[in-house]
Amino acid sequence: MTGEGIADPGELPPARFVVDRVHVTEEKSRTRRALSFMRSNPLFSIGLGLLIAFVGMAIIGPFLVGDPLLTNPAGMFSPPSADHWFGTDEYGRDVFARSVNAARLDLSIGLAIALVAMTIGSTIGVVSGYFGGRTDEIIMRLTDILLAFPGFVLALIIVAALAESLLNVVMAVAAAYVPYFIRLTRAQALVEREKEYVDAARLAGNRPLRVAFRHVMPNSLGPALVSATLVTGWAVLTVAGLAFLSVGIQPPTAEWGVMVGEGAGDIITGEWWTSLFPGGMIVLAVMAFHFIGDDLTESRT
Amino acid sequence: MRRVGTSLLTVFGIVVVVFFIVRVLPGDAAAVRAGPYANQEMIDRIADKYGLNDPIHVQFADYVGGVAKGDLGVSIRTSQGVTGELLDRLPASLELAAYAVVLATVVGVSLGILAAARLGTWVDHLARVFAVIGSSMALFWLGLLLTFFFAFQLGWFPGPVGRLPIGSEDPRTFTGFYTIDGFLSGRPEIALEAFRYLALPVITLAFVLAAPILKMVRSAMIEALDSDFVRTAKAVGVPRRQILFVDGFRNALIPVTTTIGIVFGFMLGGNILVEFLFSWPGIGRYAFDAITTRDLEALQGFVVLVGVMYVALNMVIDIAYALIDPRIRIGSGTAK
Repeated sequence: MTGEGIADPGELPPARFVVDRVHVTEEKSRTRRALSFMRSNPLFSIGLGLLIAFVGMAIIGPFLVGDPLLTNPAGMFSPPSADHWFGTDEYGRDVFARSVNAARLDLSIGLAIALVAMTIGSTIGVVSGYFGGRTDEIIMRLTDILLAFPGFVLALIIVAALAESLLNVVMAVAAAYVPYFIRLTRAQALVEREKEYVDAARLAGNRPLRVAFRHVMPNSLGPALVSATLVTGWAVLTVAGLAFLSVGIQPPTAEWGVMVGEGAGDIITGEWWTSLFPGGMIVLAVMAFHFIGDDLTESRT
Repeated sequence: MRRVGTSLLTVFGIVVVVFFIVRVLPGDAAAVRAGPYANQEMIDRIADKYGLNDPIHVQFADYVGGVAKGDLGVSIRTSQGVTGELLDRLPASLELAAYAVVLATVVGVSLGILAAARLGTWVDHLARVFAVIGSSMALFWLGLLLTFFFAFQLGWFPGPVGRLPIGSEDPRTFTGFYTIDGFLSGRPEIALEAFRYLALPVITLAFVLAAPILKMVRSAMIEALDSDFVRTAKAVGVPRRQILFVDGFRNALIPVTTTIGIVFGFMLGGNILVEFLFSWPGIGRYAFDAITTRDLEALQGFVVLVGVMYVALNMVIDIAYALIDPRIRIGSGTAK
């Protein structure tokens, strides 16, 4: 929370904390600081490592593995082997090739959802927090209503209501997370608007909207940015969960949730690999975002 | 009183939002209901019967009037009243939710206190890793794995076929909870069987739900243990155990109550996945069937019911705060 303005003495954390931080931040360069942050936050480092692996897989993976849709009736349900690392499914498709291709789809969807939700949510949140009054009252009432739906249910009915397309899935799940970002950014904007740099900006003759978006918004984004990592993870989970229920992304698309859904029936007959591996990918990918987000949240408080 | 007013307003908002989202669902509900061999005349007759040809504001007024009287309309799929169908299935969902939340609270609170008491040690790190794994877990995948290992491989628990073995007789209804009704109707073997069927879905849900509770208990405890009154208590020689549980935990109760409320709210709707996976005959499963068959009224009813329960729950929690913490007054703008 390094606001550029002069901090209000009432806002300062307890003295012990300040001394720690000032000591750390003034002595070291940016890189050294990043490294020391990673050393003292091992979970963050694990998450970053995982994330780099997944991003690499998403970008170059699909060029290295076979066709995710190629069927092979002769080689169905073969268990994991040197040829098929994750085995093959009921159509003889290579589960590894499908899982790797799905990484690209799932990660892009997750990021897109977090980005859309954050952009819309923070914009509304800043307006709500900075202007206050009637506007704020109405926005908060609407937010309360949206928050009364569990996110998964809200996304579920919207996807079901719209025609099934990738874009609609992104929009529906993003809509479920917008209220969350409104809340976060509004709370921060309420703190920021009391600071002196805002008064300065206002007295310098800037119009209210300009003050809100050029001055208050950049300084109010901190909590939203940190939470965006968590939301990316949840978005991947939500999309996969919907796909598991055959809502949204449909077979035969190579998507982790679709694959777990298709493989769910196979475990009764003992073919565990068709659902174990894609599901494991979901959990590892989400964990990458959550390890990062968790340590960032932890170090902010 | 003001708190009740805002709650009612929120409920009204929920009804409005759901009504309009569901209205834009593609597909002609009347055509689905009439079946594949119906001609246009039959479809029109059904559309008339269910009021599907009325202007949208008339439909809306009818619906709101119905909801106010507790009537959520008629399911196009089963021709039964949605309210009755939902209430029939609610106990199954509540029983699952209740056990899952209790188990998650026990695990989350004890690990959270442990982590805060041993801050920065390996115990703390382990608890945090457990929390991150829990919040990253795909419910449907975990349930699938547990079913594979414990039901199909080891045979310790029954497979995913619902609340009791297929074809077995339900206990007489007292509370709707089979684990309690079994004992009340003098057939404890049913109750024990019900526990065996609950085990896997409850563990699946609790694993995920324990994570936010653990995180919240840990951070609230850290804050409480860092406060002046705990320092004073330590200085005057109050035993460590007493500080942890009396001074620390009691002050952590408020944020923890909030989290448990959020978790329970999540359960009300979030159990669609688990109920689907374990063939659990609850409201989540009902909602899933409604979506796949484009059963508007049923889907709408489910969402309204979940929203109303969530709002009521939050109201109860706000009131509970006032009881836990005398500094909080309801309605003076401090709550929330």
